[in-house]
Amino acid sequence: MTQFISVSLTIFYALMGFLMLFIAYKSFITIDDNKKFGTALFWILMAIPFIAGEYIPKNIIGLLLILSSCLTVSKQVVFAKYEAPSEEFALASSEKLGNKIFLPSLVLAIVALIVATVWAKVPGASYFAIAAAGIVALIAAFALTKAKPIVAVNDSARLLQQMGPSSMLPQLLVALGALFTTAGVGDVISQLISGIIPADSRLMGVIAYCIGMAVFTMIMGNAFAAFAVITAGIGIPFVLSHGGNPAIIGAFALTAGYCGTLMTPMAANFNIVPAALLEMKKQYDVIKYQFPVAITLLIAHIVCMYLFGF
Amino acid sequence: MVKLIGILIVILGFSFKIETLFTILVAGIATGLVAGLNFNEILTILGESFVANRGVSLFILTLPVIGVLERYGLKQRAVTLIKSIKNLTTGNLCTIYVLLRQIAGAFSIRIGGHPQFVRPIVNPMAQAAAEATNGKISEHDKEIIKAYSAASENFGNFFGQNLFAGSSGVLLIASTLSEQGYEVSTISVAQAGLIIAVTAFVIIAINNYLFDKKLAAKYTTKK
Repeated sequence: MTQFISVSLTIFYALMGFLMLFIAYKSFITIDDNKKFGTALFWILMAIPFIAGEYIPKNIIGLLLILSSCLTVSKQVVFAKYEAPSEEFALASSEKLGNKIFLPSLVLAIVALIVATVWAKVPGASYFAIAAAGIVALIAAFALTKAKPIVAVNDSARLLQQMGPSSMLPQLLVALGALFTTAGVGDVISQLISGIIPADSRLMGVIAYCIGMAVFTMIMGNAFAAFAVITAGIGIPFVLSHGGNPAIIGAFALTAGYCGTLMTPMAANFNIVPAALLEMKKQYDVIKYQFPVAITLLIAHIVCMYLFGF
Repeated sequence: MVKLIGILIVILGFSFKIETLFTILVAGIATGLVAGLNFNEILTILGESFVANRGVSLFILTLPVIGVLERYGLKQRAVTLIKSIKNLTTGNLCTIYVLLRQIAGAFSIRIGGHPQFVRPIVNPMAQAAAEATNGKISEHDKEIIKAYSAASENFGNFFGQNLFAGSSGVLLIASTLSEQGYEVSTISVAQAGLIIAVTAFVIIAINNYLFDKKLAAKYTTKK
């Protein structure tokens, strides 16, 4: 079983890589200016670790990552043109299908849960479960809508390219975390704050972890980045080292970061843009009314992590 | 102390909206160099970890089904359902929207968004509900209702998305911890998300209830 899952995952990663190659192709043929080269190259570079990551020396992969980030920072990576779904077609179809349109989404969540539970002991099974559920749900969607398979390729390429390079952010943040650990960043932070937070106090560790997540998210406007940094610096030395349930502690830490997102103008998409969209007189009013709820939620996170995490 | 340079770079990079992939790689390289690793070692660690954690990006394999469903009217159906909600106060409407948004998150249904849902649907419904319950309301209160509508979208989004085991937040948590030696399954992270989802929902529902009471008190005394 372990063998089966590991081979399947390799195939799934390759599929993701091929989707990126399709994006590269689409970008090359539909973008009119010179950015078609940069955009296509970016998605080719990203596809390589997914298709052939096992067989390429890892320092070369590291180099590919740096090359691709040079393309993004010099603004060479843009969006391609896709045949977008039409509003009229969607409306007509939604009237025809009714609530059945939600069924494949239920299939997605339920299959993922079942597969991961059945093979809970097998390494990688909870990842395998997501990919397997994605495929089963896609079959259900085809059966329901009678869509052509090429539609799925086109639409998933469009969705992934809309997310753009930042779709790779979580994976790169994990790599950053690995580098931080090798470099001993966590140890430095531990020494720095061990004077303030007693290393043997669970409660103080939990408070520092949750507040650290919220504050760093407020500064950076991105809870994912805060999670990579604060988990290495505070979460592991001051909370997880006391034992406890890493799944619960990790899950609460990220949403503690989201409490920070609710309180910061740095998360403009969530807090500032909506104020403009709703033609509000004061641009910080969304934050103002989220603030008391966010603080209450942050305290709730501390309490919950302390109660349920150990 | 100097090893913290990477954290400083991440903070500055995100604060000043420098492109994120570039920021992260610069932070990683700088940290590695000050810690005495050579460039080749840094590249190797980055590459090894990137390849070992490809699972973090598995949410990509849920995009085909999401794309097909959206093409065939998933969002339009969600709009129809939300519009069919009737006879609610402003606070209760916001609470129901948060709940729907959380449930949608658990099933990876991408309804929501400020341009697609809050501006055209939630806010107008919330404003209409306030006037239906309280008669004419002040400009100031209209602004507050706008803020509550926008906030409902954020609450439901943030405290619902991690209920799906294949969401990128859950994948990030599971992979980060596994990389550091704590074996964690995505399902157990999603289950832990349920505690937070329920806690958040209760707090938000109380807040919305108090808002209803405040509006009601203000406009009944005036009548």
